[in-house]
Amino acid sequence: MIDIIASIIDGLLVGGVYGLAAMGLTLIWGVMNVINLTHGAMIVLGMFALYFLVTALGLPPYGTVPVTIAVGFVFGVLVYWIAVHRVIGRAHLMSLLSTFAMNMVLVGLGTALFSTSPFNVPVALPGVTWEGYTFTGTHIMAAILALVIAGLLYLLLHKTRIGKAIRAVADNREAAELNGIPTTQVLSFAFGLGAALACVSGTLIATLFPFTVLSGGSYELKSFVVTVLGGLGNPTGALLGGIALGLIEGGTTPFIPVSWIPVIEFLLFIAALLLFPRGIFAFAKA
Amino acid sequence: MGEANALRLAEPDRSGFGHPENLIDIKCDARKARTIKSSRLLATSDTPDPGSWEDAMIVKKLVLIAAAALLTASPALPADDTLTIGFTVSRTGKLNNDSIAQMRGFELWRDELNDKGGISVGGKQYKINFMSYDDESVNARVQQLYTRLINQDKAQFLFSPYSSGLVASAAIVSEQYGRIMLTTGAAEEKTYKLGNKNLFQVYSSADRYLVGAIETVKELNPNARVALVYKDDPFSKAVLQSARKQAGEAGLRTVLDEAYSPETTDFGPVINKIISAKADVLLGGGHYPDGATLARQIYDHKAGLKWLTLLVAPDSPNFATMGDAAIGVTVPSQWEPQVSFKPDFGPAAADFTQRFHAKYGIEPGYHAAGGYTAGLILQRAIEQAGSPEQAKVAAVLNGMDATTMFGRTKFSTDPKEHGLQTGHEMVIAQWQKKSGALFKEVIWPKAARTSDIVY
Amino acid sequence: MQQRSNALAEAAAPRSEQRPRFIAGILRQPFMWLIALTGIVFALLPMWGDDVQLRESLLLAAVYVTLASNLNIVLGYAGYVNFGNIVFFGLGGYVCIYLVNEWQWPLAAAALIAGLSISLLALMFGLGILRLRGAFFALATIGVNEAVKASVANFEPWGGAAGIYLSLDVYEPLGGPGQALWIVYFLIVAAMTASLFLSYAIKTSKFGLGLLAIGENEDAAAVLGVNTPRSKALAYSISAFLPAIVGGLYFFKTGIIEPGGAFDLTRSIEAIVMVMLGGIGSVTGAALGAFLYEELRGVLLTTEAFSHFQLVIAGLLLLGIVLFAPGGLMGFTYKRWPYLRGLLQ
Repeated sequence: MIDIIASIIDGLLVGGVYGLAAMGLTLIWGVMNVINLTHGAMIVLGMFALYFLVTALGLPPYGTVPVTIAVGFVFGVLVYWIAVHRVIGRAHLMSLLSTFAMNMVLVGLGTALFSTSPFNVPVALPGVTWEGYTFTGTHIMAAILALVIAGLLYLLLHKTRIGKAIRAVADNREAAELNGIPTTQVLSFAFGLGAALACVSGTLIATLFPFTVLSGGSYELKSFVVTVLGGLGNPTGALLGGIALGLIEGGTTPFIPVSWIPVIEFLLFIAALLLFPRGIFAFAKA
Repeated sequence: MGEANALRLAEPDRSGFGHPENLIDIKCDARKARTIKSSRLLATSDTPDPGSWEDAMIVKKLVLIAAAALLTASPALPADDTLTIGFTVSRTGKLNNDSIAQMRGFELWRDELNDKGGISVGGKQYKINFMSYDDESVNARVQQLYTRLINQDKAQFLFSPYSSGLVASAAIVSEQYGRIMLTTGAAEEKTYKLGNKNLFQVYSSADRYLVGAIETVKELNPNARVALVYKDDPFSKAVLQSARKQAGEAGLRTVLDEAYSPETTDFGPVINKIISAKADVLLGGGHYPDGATLARQIYDHKAGLKWLTLLVAPDSPNFATMGDAAIGVTVPSQWEPQVSFKPDFGPAAADFTQRFHAKYGIEPGYHAAGGYTAGLILQRAIEQAGSPEQAKVAAVLNGMDATTMFGRTKFSTDPKEHGLQTGHEMVIAQWQKKSGALFKEVIWPKAARTSDIVY
Repeated sequence: MQQRSNALAEAAAPRSEQRPRFIAGILRQPFMWLIALTGIVFALLPMWGDDVQLRESLLLAAVYVTLASNLNIVLGYAGYVNFGNIVFFGLGGYVCIYLVNEWQWPLAAAALIAGLSISLLALMFGLGILRLRGAFFALATIGVNEAVKASVANFEPWGGAAGIYLSLDVYEPLGGPGQALWIVYFLIVAAMTASLFLSYAIKTSKFGLGLLAIGENEDAAAVLGVNTPRSKALAYSISAFLPAIVGGLYFFKTGIIEPGGAFDLTRSIEAIVMVMLGGIGSVTGAALGAFLYEELRGVLLTTEAFSHFQLVIAGLLLLGIVLFAPGGLMGFTYKRWPYLRGLLQ
């Protein structure tokens, strides 16, 4: 019994970080109806940012978080203007392909610069041991930071003017424009925000596990699963979805071989798409 | 300058500026300014500028021309008195750590041989020439590149890539075209049981890997609870398949038996299972990145293991960078610098270690030694055959039973498992802390022991 | 546009009238002969110089042309983005290899069964996920690909994560490895030619018109009487047949199949890039895009300076097309030379 609880707690901790990553994806989707396929590249950006800030500049690992948020934001705005701006009104295929093309370019540049070899940032924090199972300090710290950042996002969206503007544009772009809101700037800000979230979640993931330039792909897929579970466009849902996914992962690992987890995740993904298009947490609107 | 030309001509065209001769001309002769200009023009017009898409047709034509030109361009042929050996290295990708070590072994052998004037075959001197590409640790690339090595670069002999999975891919190509391939860094037996004629394995095969660990564990604690946690790839699966049987025969209790996906970076769930199963002993792992990560996370999670044997990873000198997480970790090894075989040909282990250290600044692990030995064996076979013909060299290899610094080498000639290594034996090394620093010591077999076991 | 609305009206005509005119009409089209010629050129060119390197590169090109032209049926005609189209290729490969290796079936039979079984599977799957629209469908196809990849990696009879290694004696019935490689090459070229015929035949048939209508406006098409669920599912299923066969042949030649390489999402996306590059909805476009892209890639991969930039260049290409020339090469060609529109479909 204890092993199941320990496994679930572990799952919840990592799930918080997955939720944070998915929040970026879902925010962009909700505001401008674009599925951001550069999401994976942004996550990897955050991972490499951590690596370089720590090894080259000697910053403390968790001190890099504000920096990576800024870096992600800047990159996000860039990607918006290059790839997304021109295709916003058009068919879905176009925005899918253009963001995907940007992803290829970014990952390709990364591969050229860093090759596909593994990188690691060793971060050591004292953990909490309970009944023989240890919850590493890094996991706990990552989960706490994820919640803090999610909380900050909530405050931004609900208590500031720009947040209101974002929500207005998400609701009805034309009406917002008529009300004098500069929708294009707001859209680029929102995209930057989504990218920043992806970036910082990458940083947090990098404190836990080693990574390569190609790692973004698998976390992007996880983000899709979480986003669909939580409901596209719903940041709170995404966070809950991430935690739910962590719960599911943690709850099932003691019973089945670890290699079956991805199968379950993707079957869940397809089922959620078919049966719950509004997400399982449709009632918990942001 | 002449030799530099010869070597340049022998290398694949990497500059993208057309045939390397142009580069040399540029350096030597200022009058060839026109050549520079035209080759630069060709280079820039190869890559289409997406902005001027209006010129799609022109671009399309240029791309077709460039493609046709490069397709039909004759490869740079090596000069007469060279033997070309082809192989791929995982310079990038997950296998890079040990693949580069293996390549260094190859290169040390080639450099030492060429310094002595090359290989002497039937009265003629041949220099050894390498053709190699980066396979990025990916199967599909391996096949493309070996096909190119054989057909376009006209490699006469082949070394394998590193790791059983990639070697299996390469073997299919080498067998399809009938070239001899010396395989190093490849322990899985299945590849040799598919009906080959030209493969020769340098390493001991996978089923020997954990024999020593199991024997030692049985001695230290016959009631140990054993967990088998390993990477889901051909090599590790093959090793653990035998280990499972051997553990059973030794009467040890297996409490956990799981394979993890090669992409895994989060071993938390598996480690929790290890703790739940209350295991004392862990046998498994895979290659370097996952092995190292597993070791570190086991340490972070304080899994309470008394004995840890991981494949491959701990043998690399880089493993020491893990600090305390490395203490006590054991690894089955094809070779350690401390072994003392008396070689029939080639240097002794101590000599090799010293020369390797002098050239590369680090201690060689068994991957580098394996690479070097592959070269030695091929050299010996060609010398004894008196000709670089495939059939003659293969005949010598089939009949070989010799000892090098790596150990005894003898290939199986049974057609059902041709090329399998039958003479070589393995050792077990353990990382121990001596006077503040980490060293690798040999702890099994007892005859070769250099230090006591830390349990 | 005139052509389209005429066609829609024609599509409403009863089917019995259509068939005899259809077959005779097709044989008179010059485009059919163009396709046949392409196939013949592909087959003869490497034989002429006994050029193995050329054969290898044309083989890859032929594989991609097959993938792209079949993808075009769902993507180009019906407008459904199948991000996971590689799943047909991989599954076809697995079924064929398994039959050849474990049950010693002859290659042609195994490949055919692979094609038929995967088509059937696609039909069942399609009925489920084709209810989704737009981006949801795209995501679902990715999900299908990943789920299949993860399941196969756990499926021991198919070798699990290590995959299946072909025993070298499977080449014996075909006359040894050397000859077998040539035979496989011809079979792949045949499959490629069949794909081009198929996508052309669909485009000029009533069924294809239904698909094009769905691509324009699905609800309007449904109102006009096109049976959208059935048409979509049928298209999805048909677009799985030849890629599955080619998958079986390709992995037979490679000698190894493992989940990562068989269900490679990147390859799937590259097929989409090829269709976009050549011109979405155009048979020539899909083939041309595939051929050019594959040649470009081959060049980039082997010149060491560029091998790392392969992805960057592909990405920039795709970005350029999406942003500035969504019609692709053929779109541009049709605008400049409108009379080619009828000739080079």
